[in-house]
Amino acid sequence: MNLAAATNESLAHTSNVLIYSSMAVYTLAFFAHIAEWVLGSRSKVGRTAAALSGSPDGAAAPVVVAQGGSTAVLERPKVVTRAAAGTRDVPDGPGAAGGTFKGDLWGRIAVSLTVVAFAVEAAGVITRALSVQRAPWANMYEFSITFSTVAVGSYLVLLALKKNVRWIGLPLVTTVLLDLGIAVTTLYTDSDQLVPALHSYWLWIHVSTAIICGAVFYLGAVGTVLYLFRDSYENKIAGGGTPGKFAASVLERLPSASSLDKFSYRINAAVFPLWTFTIIAGAIWAGDAWGRYWGWDPKEVWSFITWVAYAAYLHARATAGWKGRKAAYLALVAFACWLFNYYGVNIFVTGLHSYAGV
Amino acid sequence: MSKANSTDTGARTDADPAERGQQHSDAAEREQERVDHAAGERLSTAPREERPETESEPGTGVPAMGVVGWVRWFWRQLTSMRVALILLFLLSLGAIPGSLIPQTSVDDLKVQNFKDQHTTLTPIYEKLQLFDVYSSVWFSAIYILLFVSLIGCIVPRTGQFVGQLRSRPPGAPKRLTRLPAYTTWRTEAEPEAVHEAALGVLGKRRFRAHVAGDAVAAEKGYLREAGNLVFHIALIVMLVAFAAGQLFKSEGGKLVVEGDGFANTLTQYDDFKSGSLYDSDSLAPFSFVLDDFVGTYEESGPQRGTPRTFEARVKYTEGADGPERKGVIRVNEPLVVDGTKVYLIAHGYAPVVTVRDGKGKVVSRNSVPLLPIDNNITSTGAIKVMDGYRDKNGVKTQLGFKAFFVPTFAGHGKGQMFSQFPGAEFPVLALSAYRGSLGVDSGLPQNVYQLDTSKMKEFKNEDGELLKKMLRPGERLDLSDGEGSITFEGIEEWASFQISRQPGNGLALGGAIAAIAGLAGSLFIQRRRVWVRAVRGADGVTVVEMAGLGRSESAKLPEELGDLAAALITTAPVAPEKPDAPEKPDANEAGNRPVHPAEAPAEGAEK
Ligand code: HEM
Repeated sequence: MNLAAATNESLAHTSNVLIYSSMAVYTLAFFAHIAEWVLGSRSKVGRTAAALSGSPDGAAAPVVVAQGGSTAVLERPKVVTRAAAGTRDVPDGPGAAGGTFKGDLWGRIAVSLTVVAFAVEAAGVITRALSVQRAPWANMYEFSITFSTVAVGSYLVLLALKKNVRWIGLPLVTTVLLDLGIAVTTLYTDSDQLVPALHSYWLWIHVSTAIICGAVFYLGAVGTVLYLFRDSYENKIAGGGTPGKFAASVLERLPSASSLDKFSYRINAAVFPLWTFTIIAGAIWAGDAWGRYWGWDPKEVWSFITWVAYAAYLHARATAGWKGRKAAYLALVAFACWLFNYYGVNIFVTGLHSYAGV
Repeated sequence: MSKANSTDTGARTDADPAERGQQHSDAAEREQERVDHAAGERLSTAPREERPETESEPGTGVPAMGVVGWVRWFWRQLTSMRVALILLFLLSLGAIPGSLIPQTSVDDLKVQNFKDQHTTLTPIYEKLQLFDVYSSVWFSAIYILLFVSLIGCIVPRTGQFVGQLRSRPPGAPKRLTRLPAYTTWRTEAEPEAVHEAALGVLGKRRFRAHVAGDAVAAEKGYLREAGNLVFHIALIVMLVAFAAGQLFKSEGGKLVVEGDGFANTLTQYDDFKSGSLYDSDSLAPFSFVLDDFVGTYEESGPQRGTPRTFEARVKYTEGADGPERKGVIRVNEPLVVDGTKVYLIAHGYAPVVTVRDGKGKVVSRNSVPLLPIDNNITSTGAIKVMDGYRDKNGVKTQLGFKAFFVPTFAGHGKGQMFSQFPGAEFPVLALSAYRGSLGVDSGLPQNVYQLDTSKMKEFKNEDGELLKKMLRPGERLDLSDGEGSITFEGIEEWASFQISRQPGNGLALGGAIAAIAGLAGSLFIQRRRVWVRAVRGADGVTVVEMAGLGRSESAKLPEELGDLAAALITTAPVAPEKPDAPEKPDANEAGNRPVHPAEAPAEGAEK
């Protein structure tokens, strides 16, 4: 074994250690989030119920006063916003911490731990890339570790932009652990070089955007699932019912259904053009690699299905009678197609896209 | 629409305004719906949904007229958003079977195997065209309907959009307080001055603005609709490009052994497919010679045998007698000559064998390409000696050998004869010998890689069994009774190429780029309207009201309205506070509403 190979071997080893370490830190973050939710459950806020059934003359829609930007330089007039006709106006929940100091503290600890775990995981991906001297996206193991890194990274970016997304922390960390667990056990592949078919700069372009799309679509899907829960919760309260205690405690603290709905719509809408680009880039690559741009290879078919499903979702949002829950189901179907394209097609269906050492 | 109000029906977001108007007699509520809808109208060119219950005879939704009525009804249905949605859904559903059932267009061999294994399913699948999903009648029907729907959608929407561009933004609704974003203040500036300043502020931010009545009406974000139309048109362009590509394309395969060449004429192809409008005279004149094929493989580790490089080194000539140039064709890098692309598709080994007759005279010396049957390039094929051979009695006959080749042999007694590694590290060629008629003259097309032994006799060894032998390079198999010999001289490699030409790619790429750009415009740009009303109040102070309406609820709208107001305030400063100055926009309206300033500062603005 020559020297270069030896350093590569040790880099690959370092990468594995880093991935395992990040899993350990994610686990800590997971418990911190649990602590946040548990401690937060002690607060009794009940705003949603108040907003939905409390106001005496039911017809009134709440008005929210917005302080547009900073008021320091010029005196800015207050902007009053109100929900457009046809949407239920309910304030967002207070978040997992439920407004409790201790819960908030644990929430902050969880986010800090997530940042650390993200840094360690990203380092693991980068050392993996260095050990093979190429983009670290040639097999499902590498794909999986990059995927969760990007998902967590996007979440942290949204947090840094002061978006109200901390509610996604627990589900995200949980699934990241699951993803990494599967990656290191069943999907693990020793670091190695590429088969000739993957030798192309399109690997950088096509696969990186595919991973980003999947990771961000995933955040959207989490939002959609929570939207569905929260929406039935709000429906129940508005209909005069009393949701179960546990459900009430958890769902009460989430953002309102309309906020969750908007969140997932924006995410999906923002990523859809990138997904379109990914497919087109893939077609161009296929044109170079296999002599045809589009050959209905299973991977191509499922990318197409995913794309059409998301297009259907966007159409549903613009179609009367399909907004709300129906559109949300479509969004979940679309994400399920993406998942199947990633796991199902690689494992169950053979095509040109089978990677080295699935 | 507030939730509490519609709990009885549960039809929150689904109910359209007309229905809601009937259900709730609250006058203010209806006023809001009316205003929102009047001002918000045509913020999108999306087709209005059909509402049969309220527009034609209740409950039926189908026309009572004759054929024309039916056609119109059908057309309206087809071009509605709802049907577009259903067709999109069907399209993705319809694409699924093609990924699970082998497709003729993707892998013919697999289809054949499937058919052999599933004798009951096969006829059903064939009826349903499930082996050719993507060219099947039903799949075509879905996408053709979708594209008809698309055209039927784009044409009126384009007209509508042009109309909107020509006309001016609609005047302000009566009660601006009802709009999603609203602000107000009192100033000592004249109303006209405020309007003037508003036109300036809005104009600087590229709003289309004009004074309508007592207010300035402005609109921005037309690129959203433009982008949406561009995107949908680009989809049509791409479909046309693909269709053209299919009709005019040509595509053929050619297997070339090292040292051999190919000239781009129809007769030289091993197989050739073309679109129905393709003209064979349009084959670009060029030729190439395969100098060398290089394949390297992972030597060690768990991925031993995984390919690392494939390179076909060629010399090619453009035109009938152009200069000779060197080129390398790799898996991802086709050679492009005169618009035709030459792709490297597969490779394998071609043992070089010499056949001699009983007198030691060389009858043939060939490199014989064999077909790989696994990833380690275990290969099979046939060596055929058509003419030139006479047996020891001087009678003309033909020879045939079944060939089995492994580039890396495990060693005698070690399992079966399957290759251990794709590189030629320990090559062994196993041959069995036959004589008689190869059946080539029968007129039936023959597979060059298979030996038809029906009219042949086996050569026997001493034990009376079929004569066969494993050969290392340089070794020889002697045919029984001094009938001659066959020598395994060495190995060449072969590469197979796909030579294809498909017009319309440029158009498809242009369409794709336009689609992405249009999509980005459509999804990232907000179409919104802003109104600024300045009216002198009874006390002589001017009341300025500003309101904004977006295509959908947007986080940015209140923020932008705030910015606009801040800009406007520099010319229309806030008048000194009076005790009864309206702190809230419309005290008697907003007063009875729950206000949640603390919980959700800017319901949209922070997201
Ligand atoms: C070929 C299949 C089609 C695809 C892939 C497709 C895709 C899309 C996408 C991704 C959007 C989202 C852009 C946005 O929300 O602004 C959209 C919007 C839209 N599409 Fe399509 N579309 C197709 C066919 C159609 C057809 C047949 C119609 C007409 C019946 C149509 C009418 C519309 C309209 C009106 C919008 C704008 C909705 C809005 O204003 O929010 N599309 N389409």
